[in-house]
Amino acid sequence: MSGNGKTGKILVIGGGISGITAAVEAAEAGQEVVLVEKRAYMGGRVAQMNEYFPKLCPPSCGLEINLRRFKTSSRIRCLTLSEVERISGGPGNYKVMIKRSPRFVNDKCTVCGACADACPVERPDEYNFGLSSTKAAYLPYDMAYPFQFAIDGGVCPGTECGKCVSACEYGAIDLEMKPETIEVGVNAIIWATGWDPYDATDVAGLGFGTHKNVINNIMMERYASVDGPTGGKIQRPSDRGGIESVAFVQCAGSRDENYLKHCSGVCCMGSLKQARYVREQYPEAEIYVFYIDIRAPGRLEDFFVATKNDEKFHLIKGKVAKVSEDSNGDLEVVAEDTLAGGQVKQRVNLVVLATGLVPANGAGLQIEGELQKDEHGFLTIEQSMGAMFAAGCAKRPTDVAASVRDATGVVAKALHFCGEQSLG
Amino acid sequence: MDKKVAVYICRGCDIGDSLDIDALTSVAQENEAAICREHDCLCGDEGCELIRQDIREGANALVVAACTPRFKTDTFTFDSCRTERVNLREQVVWSHEPNDEDTQMLAEDYMRMGLARAKKVDVPEPFDEEISETILVVGGGVTGLAAAIDAAGAGHEVVIVEKEAQLGGWSSKFAKTFPHKSPYRDVEPVPIEDRIAQVESNDKITVYTGAAIEKISGQPGQFDVKLKANGSNPEFRVGAIVQATGWKPYDASRLEYLGYGKSANVITNIQMEEMISAGEIKRPGDGEQAQRIAFIQCAGSRDQGHLPYCSAVCCRVSIKQALIARDMNPDAEAYVLYKDMRVPGQYEDFYRKAQEDSGIFFTKGDVTGVEVVGDSLQVAAESTLLGENIKLEADLVVLATGLVPNAADGEEIRRFNDAKAVIEKGEAGAQLDAAKVTSEELKHLDGSSILNLDYRQGPDLPQLKYDFADSHFICFPYETRRTGIYTAGCVRMPNDSQASQEDGAGAALKAIQSLRTAKQGQAVHPRWGDQSFPDFALQRCTQCKRCTEECPFGTLNEDVKGTPLLNLTRCRRCGICMGACPERIISFKDYSANIISSMIKAVEIPDELEEKPRLLGLICENDAYPSLDTAGLKRIKHSAYIRFVPVRCLGSVNTVWIADALSGGYDGILLIGCKSGDDYQCHFIKGSELMDKRSENVQEKLTQLALEEERVQLVQLPITDYEKMAQVINEFAEEIEEIGLNPFK
Repeated sequence: MSGNGKTGKILVIGGGISGITAAVEAAEAGQEVVLVEKRAYMGGRVAQMNEYFPKLCPPSCGLEINLRRFKTSSRIRCLTLSEVERISGGPGNYKVMIKRSPRFVNDKCTVCGACADACPVERPDEYNFGLSSTKAAYLPYDMAYPFQFAIDGGVCPGTECGKCVSACEYGAIDLEMKPETIEVGVNAIIWATGWDPYDATDVAGLGFGTHKNVINNIMMERYASVDGPTGGKIQRPSDRGGIESVAFVQCAGSRDENYLKHCSGVCCMGSLKQARYVREQYPEAEIYVFYIDIRAPGRLEDFFVATKNDEKFHLIKGKVAKVSEDSNGDLEVVAEDTLAGGQVKQRVNLVVLATGLVPANGAGLQIEGELQKDEHGFLTIEQSMGAMFAAGCAKRPTDVAASVRDATGVVAKALHFCGEQSLG
Repeated sequence: MDKKVAVYICRGCDIGDSLDIDALTSVAQENEAAICREHDCLCGDEGCELIRQDIREGANALVVAACTPRFKTDTFTFDSCRTERVNLREQVVWSHEPNDEDTQMLAEDYMRMGLARAKKVDVPEPFDEEISETILVVGGGVTGLAAAIDAAGAGHEVVIVEKEAQLGGWSSKFAKTFPHKSPYRDVEPVPIEDRIAQVESNDKITVYTGAAIEKISGQPGQFDVKLKANGSNPEFRVGAIVQATGWKPYDASRLEYLGYGKSANVITNIQMEEMISAGEIKRPGDGEQAQRIAFIQCAGSRDQGHLPYCSAVCCRVSIKQALIARDMNPDAEAYVLYKDMRVPGQYEDFYRKAQEDSGIFFTKGDVTGVEVVGDSLQVAAESTLLGENIKLEADLVVLATGLVPNAADGEEIRRFNDAKAVIEKGEAGAQLDAAKVTSEELKHLDGSSILNLDYRQGPDLPQLKYDFADSHFICFPYETRRTGIYTAGCVRMPNDSQASQEDGAGAALKAIQSLRTAKQGQAVHPRWGDQSFPDFALQRCTQCKRCTEECPFGTLNEDVKGTPLLNLTRCRRCGICMGACPERIISFKDYSANIISSMIKAVEIPDELEEKPRLLGLICENDAYPSLDTAGLKRIKHSAYIRFVPVRCLGSVNTVWIADALSGGYDGILLIGCKSGDDYQCHFIKGSELMDKRSENVQEKLTQLALEEERVQLVQLPITDYEKMAQVINEFAEEIEEIGLNPFK
């Protein structure tokens, strides 16, 4: 490539939508990429979503394309069940130690499922937030990448059971697989470490964790998903009953100095979207949204307007103070109605807490120099170490499209630290 | 090179236990397979070695009859040979009764189809074109500068074209910005001077100010640009384009109900910025210092009569202006009247700071009007927090007007230009009248083009909504309808300067990527790495213009007679031109009307006495095909009468395939594609829609042949609907059985 245009090797930490994007965009621009993901599969949070706002289209459509991009690019090395342990060196020349935990299943796996049939151990399925279970030998989800079973070392009794080993005809199971350390040298590092849902059990009065029919917004995504714990049917967790009324509690812990100070940017749109899920399944259900401000920037306003036009959709400006439960599992939501004044009480079958996004970055990592974070825990734009770039929700709470734009942009910044080489 | 076809049948994953492998082997041999082997686990080391050994001995066209092509892709990819995958696992044994006559027939048909394909396809050879690696950035505001700096930082030459006399855009007109860094509480200086200096000192970046684009011809890697700049016409070649043409404020003269134009003391947020830059906030009416300032949010925004969308930044801008006003004059009070305060993420801290200020008051309400009362202004609002209508006295009213993209509507300009051409030609009759109407209706577009692209489908990018030149895709926001041209910043969507700069970097990367990909003779996303390209047998072209019309990416220009002129690097390889062509002169080395026809014809059609219908399924390979695989993984059964052929896009389906199938004795044809309409999910924009139109013609043909319309059906299914997929197939099969067999069998 006539000395014009740099190429090199980039480490991407995190295999959610931002990390996947950074990896494929970098690879398609000619870079070598090492993509490190701590879970057993790529896809991160978006793989757990039912649909995206505002198009109400399934994330697996885009993931399928992105994963095909993995398969066609020989330049991406995907490491699942892996975490970065140590980073040394400097911009243009980092040395990275990656610890890979054993999957106990090797590349010979054909996804035939015989191991799971033979496995005697059940475990809560973290893909469904524990709302269902899998065997200890499990396929993370139907369209997972790598498309390969894994064995949960935390619950598998190991060689003393060994039923899966005899069940597998392909020699794909190795219960004595050990953790390994992988060392790579890279020019630049992209932090796409994403987010965790805020734990609403901390928020006083909302009943999360005590009232069965109080769920959070990502559990709602699983309930609505065809591969979720109820096969896509939105039901009350307590009795698997239908929904006549639902309350969405916005800013459940967010924009609150006692809990999460920041606004998570996406929960308003998330709840509007989930109101559509409810409407699709329950044409008669009453939907209440308790909010402080509805944040629907740009053209997303159209989605807000369209959702609001539903006559059984009620907006109540007010912060929810308390959610209480009666013996039927029904709930009473109490809020200060800041518009009409006074207290509002509303009985509903189901409460969905719009919990916020907490940055999930860089815990337990040894690094020469510090990673700079803001007071909310998000990585700052400028990092003192130079060729390190945060992308997507590691940097600020944003929606998928913004995360993808950002993840694409940081690749351009990473290229500054690559070398002038010929691509051939 | 002569083809030596080698077939490998895997017995693993229930295949060997569910099918008669010897019979399958015979089918392969009858269909000219030079080698046919079976193995208990083909994807294992031993199985792969078997294949490699044959390749060393001359096998060069492989058929692997095992699992889905979406699995073990690397394992079955071998240098210098093509591998056809016959999906015996997900789509045969996992979705049908084992050891059943119909399942066996299905497997044998898929084997025949795989062999038909293997015999016809050629390994594509990448094109080799001279590719310019320079990137053109249109617009020298904060987004364009970011794109230029990052493209240059990545090693590329950059040319910036800016219409104003200086670089910097709106950012250089503003004194302060709301905070972009921790602790997100204090206004910050605008770092635009640094950015301009960085650009001006970078020897990889050439800047033309006071310049406009006169014409861009060519294609990615070979765009020839001609400018109008200060009386001269510089010409140069670039490889890719970033359009960062920014925004303009909404026209406040349309906001008379908010007092604009009625009192000089009603100003826009832009005028407020100018006063802040000048160092004093005065009432324009009398030059007095403003004491009670009312900020009216969503002035002409979130309003169906004006801008229906939210401009995303005005809330933060008003907070900033209120804090600055209070800082400049601690006695001043600021009132912010809002519908919703939209201050996302960490910017909440900035809002919190303003809420803590005892001189700034936030009130929710819909402002209904602003009246001039003597020297003062009276703002009326309803449905406020107090639950009543209020009137607020102010001596200065700031309208938070929104952002309008500086974009040109390529498709509409094209309509206008086409109409003008008809008028100039002086064609008679209804066509001329229609052209006159169009030309009148669109005359405001005259001269509005920004990029002036020499594209059959219009001189600028198509717009998405509200004039924004955005992508339609959530997962792929840079996937637009013109390869090698990427928009960034506020021309794409209303956004703050930080997000716009990040977008500029993203667009720069896509631009870099598009030319590096072109250099390797490959397609860009979503068919990245594809080295095939459409070949036109132009001696048989009838100049019907269907291909030039239907290509969603403006790949094809036309000569005066209407013959298509291919611009290879604009092409996304969807095959829509191939589907459109009635003469079937367009083909790819590995995808053509002929290849798919031969697969369709390879299926053995049982005679009518056997009473076994045969159905053809033409399905989108990106969504419907994986969905069918997932159904297989879940062991969901579907009718064994249907044979599926994956297609690049439903838009690439040529109706000759349907005609071939019907005349060959198929009883029904099911087309499964992605969602069309406003929220389309098709990555080639309108595949299902185009197919739907073509099916109308097919329906006519069916009627002529006295065949039932129900024999050809089109269904749109998302990738997640694998359960419904099986249901749709089964219902279709039942319906066809009820109708009865094709009399042309």
